Parts: sequence; structure tokens; C-alpha cells
Amino acid sequence: MVKELLKGNVAIAEAAVRAGCRAYFGYPITPQTELLEYLSSRMIALGRVFLQAESEVAAINMVYGAACTGARVMTSSSSPGFSLMQEGLSYIAASDLPCVVVDVMRGGPGLGNILPSQGDYFQVTRSAGHGDYHPIVLAPATVQEAIDMTVLAFDLADHYRHLVILALDGLIGQMMEPAELPEWQADPPTPDWAVTGAAHRAPNRITSMHLRADESEAYNQHIQRRLEHIRAAEQRSIEMYTDDAELLVIGFGSAGRIAASAVEMAREDGLNVGLFRPQTLYPFPSDRLAELAEQVGACLVVEMNAGQMLDDVRLAVSGRAPVEFFGRMGGAIPLPEEILDTIEMLCWSLHVVE
Amino acid sequence: MALKGTVVIDQERCKGCQLCTLACPQNVLLLDADLLNAKGYHPARLEESHNFCTGCAVCAVICPDACITVFRQPSPRRVERTEAIYG
Amino acid sequence: MIPAAELERVYERPESLTALHTNYCPGCTHGVAHRLVAEALDELELREQTILVAPVGCAVFAYEYFNLDGCEAAHGRAPAMATGIKRLLPDRTVLTYQGDGDLASIGIAEIIHAAARGEPITTIFVNNAIYGMTGGQMAPTSLPNQRTTSSPSGRDVALTGQPLRVSEMLATLPGAAYIVRRSLHDPANIRKAKKAILTAIQVQQRGLGFSMVELLSTCPTNWGMTPAEALTWVKDHMLSIYPLGDYKVSDAARELSA
Repeated sequence: MVKELLKGNVAIAEAAVRAGCRAYFGYPITPQTELLEYLSSRMIALGRVFLQAESEVAAINMVYGAACTGARVMTSSSSPGFSLMQEGLSYIAASDLPCVVVDVMRGGPGLGNILPSQGDYFQVTRSAGHGDYHPIVLAPATVQEAIDMTVLAFDLADHYRHLVILALDGLIGQMMEPAELPEWQADPPTPDWAVTGAAHRAPNRITSMHLRADESEAYNQHIQRRLEHIRAAEQRSIEMYTDDAELLVIGFGSAGRIAASAVEMAREDGLNVGLFRPQTLYPFPSDRLAELAEQVGACLVVEMNAGQMLDDVRLAVSGRAPVEFFGRMGGAIPLPEEILDTIEMLCWSLHVVE
Repeated sequence: MALKGTVVIDQERCKGCQLCTLACPQNVLLLDADLLNAKGYHPARLEESHNFCTGCAVCAVICPDACITVFRQPSPRRVERTEAIYG
Repeated sequence: MIPAAELERVYERPESLTALHTNYCPGCTHGVAHRLVAEALDELELREQTILVAPVGCAVFAYEYFNLDGCEAAHGRAPAMATGIKRLLPDRTVLTYQGDGDLASIGIAEIIHAAARGEPITTIFVNNAIYGMTGGQMAPTSLPNQRTTSSPSGRDVALTGQPLRVSEMLATLPGAAYIVRRSLHDPANIRKAKKAILTAIQVQQRGLGFSMVELLSTCPTNWGMTPAEALTWVKDHMLSIYPLGDYKVSDAARELSA
């Protein structure tokens, strides 16, 4: 394989094709639309299913139906459209159906704008719909990582029979970078729970309804056990200069990547600063962050929102170190220099305190 | 009167809605006032004493609970035809 | 009683229904509609190739009552879900079974677009002019002046509009191949409904486009009537607002229904 210059949205689309995505249903919304446009010809050329739905509500319910057949299926959207999918996501999750949803986050709330944002953190990690569950949430910071995580998303979805969300900000969806596409995956066999017609077996039924409290609680416990398993096995993160860091900068996606530049600049200035970039937002990489919190003097969370991952950082750090925050909102992108200013100020205050 | 047909009613399934008793052209279906099923309904039953049931299946057509199995005496013409074909 | 062995079995519960007792109220025509769909699938020998999409409403447990592969849609989204299934499994028969609250209110966008795409699925649309499961609220299909728990003085059409006639509306779409309205209020009409369901499923099998059979139905409990009174109410009040008939039969579908 060779590296190609690829736009994030297109790279995710082609990675999904190679991961064996059999059907895509979606609705145009900036800044994810290239993904839908690319698949509109690519899927049809491959004899697979592409359908532009009448709304995000319909798109997610088409995905719900398609996932019932046991095939690898996907949709993509951006923040307001993702909000419209909430009900369907909850049904999918509560029916133990694997599927992949891409959210290319844009500025909000409301209609907001089409600029990059990380304002959906709560929405994607806290439930993505009603009821007690969490999807698995992957957060790439580069086009290459977006490709790799697309393949990983399908594998995790099938492995756990769970909803997986690829949450990226509009920057990664829109930027072009050299990246390598994955190998083609063979189609997995049709799972035995799929609805395909009850020929020579008892009927398969896919539902999320449990009328009795004891049955419903038992089902909820089943989801919680699975999530416990996922929390133990799937926490992923990347680190830079954490060995001797006094200040730990924490950011995901583009904010994490911009923060990495700021950390490099701080290191050039002789400051002992490290970077922790969560790659999974659910499960949040709390275990490793808790270890790091023992050895640093302070943490600085950098996000393109008002401080949403901040809650998870505080839970993980759990008072072991002070947690500060720097964020930009509404589509504004932080500059490495302004993050560096905050880093310098915090490093100075750490030493004053000492 | 020659007996032409009969019905078997799943009385545990029946909800006593009376639609069959009202639809029966022979007026041979009625609710069984002496019987309560597990759901607490008086189910429908066939009044058999006069053998008036023709097996027309109108009761089964209107039954919302698929409780009724209908039997009918094969018509002589059909028996003849069957014998002609199969010996 | 004559021995059953000498008699021909002319009518029994179809194989496409399970033995489970339904949760429908006594006399509710949902049960009749279920039986007709099951009989049609049996006659066409499609039980093993069919996937049912159940609605939200009184028929929410339809997937338990049919002896078929089935799944449970979110409220109103059955046509979208059926689209997803049919696109992946084009050689299977895919049915949605939906009430009037589900299809004509919250799910009106999904049904219109499924029909507009000519999605080769079959919809059984059970119209009883009321929300049954939630306890008898006004539906878009409720009749003018019909008393419901959310229109206690009767439906005021000046405030809430006129009843929505879904068959007439969908018939205007080129993708719709077979759109008919039948009624379940007496045995003769039930037999006609059965024939329409058979045709609708055959329209799907031939890939002729979207097919829907609207069935005028009862809700004795929420209408506050006996089951027999409810059937009479359909005849006396619903037929004039919802005339029975074939609203769209494409040329190709006409050959099937002849």
C-alpha cells in the first residue's frame, strides 16, 4: 500500500467500503456531506446499498432495519443531524445491533454553523439517546487515524454487538493529509440472530421492548455487564513526554493535536509538559489518566467546547491533581500559541506554589 | 336434518366478543353461560343438538382471535371428482 | 357430532400465526387483520421468506403473534426500517403493519417517502380513527366531532383539521403500485380485504413498487361500544369519510388483481 492525499470524510468512506460496509443510509449536512457523496457512486458501483434518506430520522431507522439483517451498515451526520438520530440510536443499542455512526461535529448549539467543534462530547458519550447505555466512541485526530478507527469501529461493533460512534470535528472531516487505506476485509458470515426469513429454524425477533420491570432490569444488567467488559478492554490513548511531565495537557481529536504543537513549543522552552490524548471517549481512558495524575502537578484540559470531556478528566483524576481548562467554542479553533500561554502560566504558578 | 359441518372452538383462546354468534347464518353459535375460561370470558360454543351447522366458515372469517376450526362434509360432486382422479 | 375424520378441514388457524393468545381487546379487528395477513402468506407459501416490521401501538407485539422473522420499529418508522431490510434482502417479502397514529401522524414522512421511492414493501395500514394503546386520544384520522380522550367535546375540525385520507394521498405518487382501502366490518368485506392483501404481497413479489392495503377497523374499548356496535359504527360513520375502493392500481398490478 502507498500513501495518498485524502480528505478525511472521503477517507472514512473508502475505509468503510474496505471494511465491508454493505449499506449506507444518510442525509446531506455540512461538514460531513463528502462522505455521503463519495459513497453515492462508490457503493452503487460495488453493487452495495446506498440510499439518501428523507431525513436523519429515516436514515438511522433504515440503518436499524439493515443492521437487523446482520450486515455491516453505517450512517454519518453532523451535530444537528446527529441530534435527530437519538431515538433510533437508542433502539439500535437496545436491540444489541452492531452498526457504525460517524458524527462530524460542527459549531452549535442550535443551527450554529458549519465550523469545526467538539460540542457533541456529552451527546455521543453520555448516551446518544434515551436510557442507560453508552455507545463506544472513537475520536481520531488525523486522517490516518480516522481510517484506522473506521475499520476498528466495524470490528468492535461486530465483536460486542454494540453501537460504535466515530466522533470527529469538522477539521478532520475536511482536511487533506497523506494517509494509507486499509486492506479489503472479507465479509463476515451472517450471524445466527439476523432476521432473514424463518426458514428451517424458529423465528428470529429483534426488539427492545421488555414490559415487565424484572425483565427490563435484567436486560439493562446485560448491557451494563457488556459495558463493564468494554471499559476493561477498550480504553485507548496516546501520550507524549509523560515520563517527566509536571503539567499534563489533555485533549482529544483536533484539540489534542493542536495541544501537541503547544506541548512541543513548551518543551523547546524547557518546560516539563506532557500530552495525553484520549482515542476512545467511551470508554474514557480513565485508568491510565489516573496513574498519570499521581505523578503530575496539574492537568490542563483543552477542548473545542465549553468543557465537556473536562467532567470525565475530573472523574478520572479524582482530586489527585488540580484540573484547569482552556476551550474555544462555536467553531473557533484554538491556536497553539494561546494554549502555550496557558501552559506557561500554569507552569509558573506550579513553581510559585512550590 | 343431514349434518353438513361442524366447528371446533378453542375456548381458552376465545374472548367472548360475540362476533361469531351474531354472524352465524344458522344461529347455532352462542356464548357458553356455564363456562368461564382462564381469561374470565364466557367463550363461544356450538349448539349441536340440531346439527344445523353447515361448515360455511363465516364464524371463522370474522373471529378476531383465530379460535375456530371449521369442518365440512365433502360435497358429493367433489368426492366423485376425487374418485375419478385417484380411483 | 359426526367424526372429524369424515369431514374436510376447511378453516383453521394459519401456520403464519403463532399459538400465542393476543393482547387485543375482545372483538378488536386487529386480530382479523393479523389472520388475513397470515392466511395470505400461507397461501403464497412465503412464511419462511417474510420479515415483519411491527409498529408502536396496540400491534406492538405483532412480531410475537406472527410465526415469522420480525422486528420492532420506533413509532412511525416502520417504512424506513423495512426499507433498510428490503434493500439488503431484496428477494425477501418485507411487511410493515401499522396503525393510524403510527402511520398517519408521527410516521407520515416515512410512509410518503417509502411510497414515493416505489419501495417494494407491503404496508398493512389499520385505520380505526383513534390512538388505541395510549387510551383513545384523537388521531389525524379521527372523524369530525368524534369524541376521544383528547377531544372530549368532539373533534373540532376548525382547530384540528379534517381527517387525513392516506390512501388517496399516497395514490398520487408514481412509486405506489397498489393502494386500496378495504373494511373489516363484515364477513363479505373481510373476504375482499384478504384478496387485496394477497394482491399487495404479489405486487411486492413481482417488484412492481410500493403496495398498501388500508383496513377500516374497530376499537370497541376506546370507542365505548360493544364489538358488534363497533362494526356497525364503521359501516355507518367511517365508510362515508373513508370510501372503500382501489385508489391506485398500476397497469402491471392490474393483471395480478384481475
